[in-house]
Amino acid sequence: MKSVRDTVILFGRSMRHIQRSPDTIITVAIMPIMFMLLFVYVFGGAIHAGTGNYVNYLLPGILLIAVATGISYTAVRIFTDTQKGIVARLHSMPVARSSVLWGHVLTSLVSNAISLVVIMLVAFVMGFRSSAYPTAWLAVAGILALFTLALTWLAVIPGLTAKTIDGASAFSYPLIFLPFISSAFVPTDTMPTPVRAFAEHQPVTAIVNTLRSLLGGQPAGTDIWTALAWCTGIAVVAYFFAMRAYKRVP
Amino acid sequence: MTVAAVSTENLKKDFKDTSVLKGVDLKVQRGEIFALLGSNGAGKTTTINILSTLLKPDSGSATVCGFDTVGEPERVREKISLTGQFAAVDGILTGRENLVLVARLRAVPNPTQVADSLLRQFGLADAARRRVDTYSGGMTRRLDIAMSLVGTPEVIFLDEPTTGLDPEGRLEVWKTVKKLADGGTTILLTTQYLDEAEQLADRIAILHDGRIIASGTLHELKRLFPPAKVEYIQKQPTLEEIFLAIVGTKAAEVDR
Repeated sequence: MKSVRDTVILFGRSMRHIQRSPDTIITVAIMPIMFMLLFVYVFGGAIHAGTGNYVNYLLPGILLIAVATGISYTAVRIFTDTQKGIVARLHSMPVARSSVLWGHVLTSLVSNAISLVVIMLVAFVMGFRSSAYPTAWLAVAGILALFTLALTWLAVIPGLTAKTIDGASAFSYPLIFLPFISSAFVPTDTMPTPVRAFAEHQPVTAIVNTLRSLLGGQPAGTDIWTALAWCTGIAVVAYFFAMRAYKRVP
Repeated sequence: MTVAAVSTENLKKDFKDTSVLKGVDLKVQRGEIFALLGSNGAGKTTTINILSTLLKPDSGSATVCGFDTVGEPERVREKISLTGQFAAVDGILTGRENLVLVARLRAVPNPTQVADSLLRQFGLADAARRRVDTYSGGMTRRLDIAMSLVGTPEVIFLDEPTTGLDPEGRLEVWKTVKKLADGGTTILLTTQYLDEAEQLADRIAILHDGRIIASGTLHELKRLFPPAKVEYIQKQPTLEEIFLAIVGTKAAEVDR
């Protein structure tokens, strides 16, 4: 009970940070939107994705790029709190220890959700249409939330262990580029065999395919289980290592 | 017999290959200002971190108000408050929001009233609605100390409270510490400045290379040395006195 109460208070604190510097939401949304514009209006005409509406095809991958950008802010916030002694102050107070991290994790979930909604609105203007039922939309929201949760716990690790603020944020770059070697922008069929093997067996492809099917009103097939397994697996492993790093923080 | 506010017995702590504390024994009575004096690397911060439950000692024991820091850390945290070496304030929030945050986390009744009265007490009422990023060093430190007073803890740890402050900021902090002790709060502070210990502390312990090499009142410590010789020397003002005199006049002129 105490830990829930403390988490809510600390969540309120870091949401106020976001409110004071809304650029954290804008910059998270702006790069994926740029990619979307670039791929739809520049490369799009030359790409044969086997679908009439390329925005529909592209959107799931764009959303994942946005989450990968967004979570680097969590790493930076945790890094700053640790460096400035705010974490030590909280630990010397009668505050539930777990709340210090969960406050940041909840903030990440909410702020990323806002960025994703902004991107979806832009996509809608660009021609994104979905024939999905509300239950499919719920599944989409659930998978995106689970994906955000998994990457956020991953971001906690550099947040606690990085030596510099650049180090805390740089870890997210490879994550941002992971969607490029997947089915996010083009089908994997035309890729050379080794690249294709990687693309088809990395988490982004399964998640992107699932989101695409759900938004397109299609059955998601077995991809959804692979996607859920990846997200849950990453979340559990990242949580374990984050907690191990957290134990060493005074 | 009353329980000591802070007591440690043969406290030892190693970091990798270096032993930082080699057996520290301390006893701080309730209501006194106790200064832990030592140079950089003497083990002051490590001692404070063990007492405030942030670190566990390798051996030996530490109690605060009778509660063991390892066995009952939650009880200890209810009694204490830590002002670390670097002001741990949230720069993006305002001064008032920082205080309200701590008050809510400590589950103090009427958090906003508590915040407002502390802001007045520390001369920060005018800056209450400004982001802490914009505060001067002295103001930040005052807010930092004010945040430690929320919920009126029985024991306050101040780790090098004046390091990095200008002379005026230092005097401000000294005044604050004295006022706190008058209110009956126990204060354990660390410092590397001899004059600070002399000015503030009821009792002083000298921590050197992980051990307490001397402790007592200033009077007792002075007696450890040969009796004072009477010498007549011309009293030159220190640069600090000159600085404060000039700045003081300027400030007085501005007030008028």
